[in-house]
Amino acid sequence: MSVDEGSCTTNEMMTVAASRELKDGIMCFVGIGLPSEAANLARATHAPNCVLVYESGTIGAKPKVLPHSIGDGVLAEHADSVVPIPEVFAYWLQTGRIDVGFLGAAQLDRYANINTTVIGPYESPKVRLPGAGGAPEIAASAKEVMVVMPQTPRSFVEELAFRTSVGYLDGGNSREELGYLGGGPRVVITDHGILRPDPETKELTLTKVHPGTSVEQVREATGWDLRVADDLGTTNPPTEEELQILRDLRERTEAANKEMRVLDDLAQKSRAAKR
Amino acid sequence: MADVVSLREAVAELVRDGDSVALEGFTHLIPFAAAHEVIRQEKRDLTLIRMTPDLIYDQLIGMGCAQKLIFSWGGNPGVGSLHRFRDAIENGWPHELEIAEHSHAGMTSRYVAGASNLPFAVLRGYVGTDLPEVTSTIAPIVCPFTGEKLMAVPALNLDVAIIHAQQADRRGNVALWGITGIQKEAVLSARRSIVTVEEVVDEFEPHPHQIVLPWVAVDAIAVVPGGAHPSYAHGYYPRDNAFYEAWDPISRDRETFHEWMKRHVLGTGDFGEYLESILQEEVSSSR
Repeated sequence: MSVDEGSCTTNEMMTVAASRELKDGIMCFVGIGLPSEAANLARATHAPNCVLVYESGTIGAKPKVLPHSIGDGVLAEHADSVVPIPEVFAYWLQTGRIDVGFLGAAQLDRYANINTTVIGPYESPKVRLPGAGGAPEIAASAKEVMVVMPQTPRSFVEELAFRTSVGYLDGGNSREELGYLGGGPRVVITDHGILRPDPETKELTLTKVHPGTSVEQVREATGWDLRVADDLGTTNPPTEEELQILRDLRERTEAANKEMRVLDDLAQKSRAAKR
Repeated sequence: MADVVSLREAVAELVRDGDSVALEGFTHLIPFAAAHEVIRQEKRDLTLIRMTPDLIYDQLIGMGCAQKLIFSWGGNPGVGSLHRFRDAIENGWPHELEIAEHSHAGMTSRYVAGASNLPFAVLRGYVGTDLPEVTSTIAPIVCPFTGEKLMAVPALNLDVAIIHAQQADRRGNVALWGITGIQKEAVLSARRSIVTVEEVVDEFEPHPHQIVLPWVAVDAIAVVPGGAHPSYAHGYYPRDNAFYEAWDPISRDRETFHEWMKRHVLGTGDFGEYLESILQEEVSSSR
């Protein structure tokens, strides 16, 4: 059963749409934030056997609440294995064992290249962003990549200030010439719709809009002249079940964070140790 | 080797101005107590190395300890920006900060090469990105056997590695478990090492995914319960997510930041006093 249009937020629509793109049983290398939320929603709905890998070294993580950081204890507790960080990048990622790399980004261009480094010139940046993290090698070596991020003219840009991670480089077969093992971005999910690369040019093409969103709105949220598929479709709205599970997950996470009173315990321990 | 000493002595003896220093721990077991001691002792001109600078380097950078930063992801995890890190790079406050940035895979490869005493490591990455243009420690290389084009990164050879672990035993062996990150490689790529621990035990019990650093790899051990706060110690205490959230407004403003550091870090003698100090503030602000 579907919910009526308008009864969920665009952010919820984005997360649900992203979660649906994950198939059951695959190995997914998960970035923190939006990708992590969508991946855990997938695990709680249609993909219970999805193996979530976080760059902290947790393989087969099964968090009951959403992790605040990429290395929370909740990721290690029920994981199939926890490996040292060099292993996660060398043995698991760069060997091509990962089916899907799931990333977020600050900026993206029409070939799904990603910037998470700076806004403005590198030597004197207007905004210094966190930087590369695990993304360049995820983008290089995962069999395919999914990107989830809100779509605005400032995030979907004509030209990146910095290319941190490679999507399809300059389009066509330019990515293939780099010699990467991975196939590149398969889909970009936003709060406006879903974009997929053109099979030939590799330029991102709007293939679906979310319910209640017009093509005009998506164009306005894009910093380049956006290509739209001839057979443009509309995303199915979240089902009641999907929405319920997502909201429960968020509430559970918030409640768990509120409950924690770490400092008291620590100060007591420290006092006891001094005695 | 592996003497149990006070943290103050360990830092005074083993960390010197101008050193290259890595305080490692990937989200888990971040050695905050040791960083505070480095700040209290006003160490200067350090080359700070760390995959994820986190709050720990935000504090060191803002307090003027760093001359250079080598890193791969500089954010406040789950919250947003590291404001002191950004202020240093964007505005040169409190002074210019030289940076060399990598990806996580690049940083881990550099540590592994350092721990192996090899000059460099190779990886499949960086090609097509802008990183090789801005980071001089990334260079292309061709495999002599297959002709495959790869990227090379030089070894990290540290002066000092500092980590926090759950336990040491009486002999000075160190046990850590849960997410063990890059700590083993950091210690083995360093000339000197300091380990803070939650406690010293007579004998280790087995834990899943545990690693043990033998005493020969460790120079000094200091017992600092809670020494990873606001990061966590698996089996001892959880990550203080509320503190990570609270750090955002504290660190956003130069003066607020400096006042906070003065009151809670410079104004306290050790990590126990620091914990009492921030606990008191938390209690009085919640009234």
